[in-house]
Amino acid sequence: MLSKTVAELASALTRKEVSSRELTQAYLDRIHELNPALNAYVTITEDQALAQAETADTRRAQGNAGPLTGIPIAHKDIFCTRGVLTACGSRMLHNFISPYDACVVERLEQAGAVMLGKTNMDEFAMGSSNETSWFGSVRNPWDQVRVPGGSSGGSAAAVAASLCAMATGTDTGGSIRQPASFCGLTGLKPTYGRVSRWGMIAFASSLDQAGPLTRSAEDAALMMNAIAGTDLRDSTCLELPFEDFTALLNQPLSGLRIGLPREHFTTDLNPAVQTILQEAIRQLESLGASFKEISLPNNYLSVPAYYVIAPAEASANLSRFDGVRFGYRCANPANLDDLYKRSRGEGFGDEVKRRIMVGTYALSAGYYDAYYIKAQKIRRLIKQDFDLAFNEVDLILGPTSPHTAFKLGEKVSDPVTMYLEDIYTIAVNLAGLPGMSLPAGMLNGLPIGMQLVGPSLSESRLLNVAHQFQLNTDWHTLRPEV
Amino acid sequence: MSWETVIGLEVHVQLATKSKLFSGSATEFGAGPNTQASIYDLALPGTLPVMNEEVLRMAVSFGLAVDAEIGKRSVFDRKNYFYPDLPKGYQITQLEFPTVGRGSLKIQLEDGSEKTIGITRAHIEEDAGKSLHEDFQGMSGIDLNRAGTPLLEIVSDPDLRNAKEAVAYLKKLHSIILYLGISDGNMSQGSMRCDANVSVRKKGATEFGTRTEIKNVNSFRFVEKAINYEVQRQIELIEDGGRVVQETRLYDSDKDETRSMRSKEVANDYRYFPEPDLLPVIIDDEYIAAVRATLPELPAARCARFVSEYALSAYDADVLTSDRAMADYFEAVVTMCGDAKLSANWVTVDLLGLLNKSDLLISESPIKPDQLGTMIARIKDNTISGKLAKTVFEALADGETDVDQIIESRGLKQVTDSGAIEKLVDDVIAANPDQVAQYRAGKDAVFGFFVGQAMKISKGKANPAQLNELLRNKLKAD
Repeated sequence: MLSKTVAELASALTRKEVSSRELTQAYLDRIHELNPALNAYVTITEDQALAQAETADTRRAQGNAGPLTGIPIAHKDIFCTRGVLTACGSRMLHNFISPYDACVVERLEQAGAVMLGKTNMDEFAMGSSNETSWFGSVRNPWDQVRVPGGSSGGSAAAVAASLCAMATGTDTGGSIRQPASFCGLTGLKPTYGRVSRWGMIAFASSLDQAGPLTRSAEDAALMMNAIAGTDLRDSTCLELPFEDFTALLNQPLSGLRIGLPREHFTTDLNPAVQTILQEAIRQLESLGASFKEISLPNNYLSVPAYYVIAPAEASANLSRFDGVRFGYRCANPANLDDLYKRSRGEGFGDEVKRRIMVGTYALSAGYYDAYYIKAQKIRRLIKQDFDLAFNEVDLILGPTSPHTAFKLGEKVSDPVTMYLEDIYTIAVNLAGLPGMSLPAGMLNGLPIGMQLVGPSLSESRLLNVAHQFQLNTDWHTLRPEV
Repeated sequence: MSWETVIGLEVHVQLATKSKLFSGSATEFGAGPNTQASIYDLALPGTLPVMNEEVLRMAVSFGLAVDAEIGKRSVFDRKNYFYPDLPKGYQITQLEFPTVGRGSLKIQLEDGSEKTIGITRAHIEEDAGKSLHEDFQGMSGIDLNRAGTPLLEIVSDPDLRNAKEAVAYLKKLHSIILYLGISDGNMSQGSMRCDANVSVRKKGATEFGTRTEIKNVNSFRFVEKAINYEVQRQIELIEDGGRVVQETRLYDSDKDETRSMRSKEVANDYRYFPEPDLLPVIIDDEYIAAVRATLPELPAARCARFVSEYALSAYDADVLTSDRAMADYFEAVVTMCGDAKLSANWVTVDLLGLLNKSDLLISESPIKPDQLGTMIARIKDNTISGKLAKTVFEALADGETDVDQIIESRGLKQVTDSGAIEKLVDDVIAANPDQVAQYRAGKDAVFGFFVGQAMKISKGKANPAQLNELLRNKLKAD
């Protein structure tokens, strides 16, 4: 039961095979059993979850339920949750009880989802392995010596290990898609501005987007229906009419033109991953899609451009963590300077400090043009590459990650190798486009994902392709034995 | 050695919106500490700014009032620095693309001539909170009520050449802001704050000298004193072989001196970059035209109208129109009495004198415009003399309200009965034969003596025009 999709659980609830209360309790029991080893959750909101489950059951009995009503969910600890610790993977916020809910949390609550707790993550979403968390690493449920990916590693591990039915994540450079790939899940990073950032702790404001981590494309569509849409509290949130993301799911793929970026299928890509992708391509071809090689000539600049822009924005976004009003404050500050230096020095971990320093440097007088302005120019070129490609094709397909989940500790001491983890995903954030990862195969007992990227606001189409693929394959139905 | 002073002013005007620039918190002055600070103002993680449209309208209206280019695409930037009363660790401001671009303002100099002062730009930004260093025993208190209040920072070109010009510019700016109703302009409460960039150079030099910035001077008088002090300090320093250091200086009004606050040579690097949480603000001609349509008549236009419509002197018109409330008051008086010249005299001399003496604003005047208008109407219709009107004015100032009742109860009505005046004239002539002889011998100055005597006897009530005419006739006739 616990490893079923949201859609399956929703019909079970409708058919009264199980109550939300029972379902929630079952997930809580499993969390208590498995979380000590996996460390996917940092906070478990047991009482609140059971109360929400009862409310959901009442709602369902009154005939007032939507597809997410009573479905247990986990929220990445980057989302503010009223009255609940919101630590963002950092010692800096180890004591921060948010007085308000993020828009995403609010909307899922309105949809009737039951919050089980908050999931572990890389500190302030800075990392690709979940190893930068102040709360310790998360284990990949497929192989506990391996990382779940990051930064939404806790959410991915929780969904994969059936510690919840679905989870929220955020994606600044690949933080939903790469963990989805490593944990065998479907993860969607929506178009920038699709989902409100209100209450989502900012890493890099022009890149951050919230999205679903689920067991199927259909589940992701159901979550998108709840979280997407205009929010006047976020000025960058697009004003769009309501869109039903499930509407196109069953559309046939005939006539679909898919581009394969030459730059993604090179010798850098693990040959076994390449083989898996070829198999997926054949599958989609059999469903009516046609394939064409395309070029994204500036993609190779995306990692360096990203590591200027994201840290630059982060360096300012993280200035509010100063030990003055909330969060970590050093003991016995001697004066204001000491308060700042020690609160931030002790409150932030190494990766966060590294990025604040890089960002501060990139914005400094005398370097701004050479770094920040140049990176912005590259960003425009990258966007242009996609625009040109989408003149010829409807979607782009490629790898999500160069390989399967790596081992804990393997890359953590080498930041540049870690940064290259996101080589296929980062350009999508820089261009503000929707991208998703879905399971495409298994390699040595580990899942491997493929990435679909579409033009702005093409989420429904992406979900359609993913859903059709999933109707004809079973990679997404595999579950780890934990 | 002859020196020239160069001054540029940066004026921060707190815009009188109901809510803050990027949050819904109230902006009212004087509320209990931190009672007007929302989760955004506290910079809680995850909160985001949402632009208050009213601020844009106010900034554009100011731009139109100073004939400035209006930025059709303005962009907000982050200015990064750490301070406890700056909760986000950055201030949202406009660096490269301000809402108001280049404009100008005309000021009147003491010699009556006009000078145009360039306005470099005016940009929208957030105010910081307040740090309170007293009453906390070795700690500081922070009040974030002011944090996020909208400011318009108006930057002048370095066109001002002495402290008096600086004050004239500042007063003109103040006047425009009050006309537009975009700020209460209250300097003592900090709604209008002025930083002065001051340097000196040898007369005829083309390069600017090193400047110092005098921060937050909170009255017109202090601006003048602070600049004068600073100019003198810089000249003396250079003449003694020293060098002016570029720095920020604080004006101490108690000691009437400026002193060094912090050196700008080790200047903060503010690491400006475009604010990713806000979209650029795009406005079109239609929007600008709509704002223009709401503009009130501005001081310069009103001043010109007062000269043409009421035949006032440029000086009187300027004094009356510098303050919107004053100009409104004046026009209400004119409407009541129909005599602009007399109204201007009474308002600029007597009323302003009264207000200055008791340190009152025109809005707090004990004499209302309809009362003053009625009083002047009574001068016009010969009920009272201009001289006795002073008594009426004083009674009004003391709180009496009915002009006609004041005239009645004090017996101030003029004597206009020609028989009575003729008798008075005859009496005065008869009583002063020596002076009559002198006048007739050609000593015209004696005429005033007869008027004085006649007024004394009539207790000032004789109609002066009638009295003069009869006196002249009688003195000539005999």
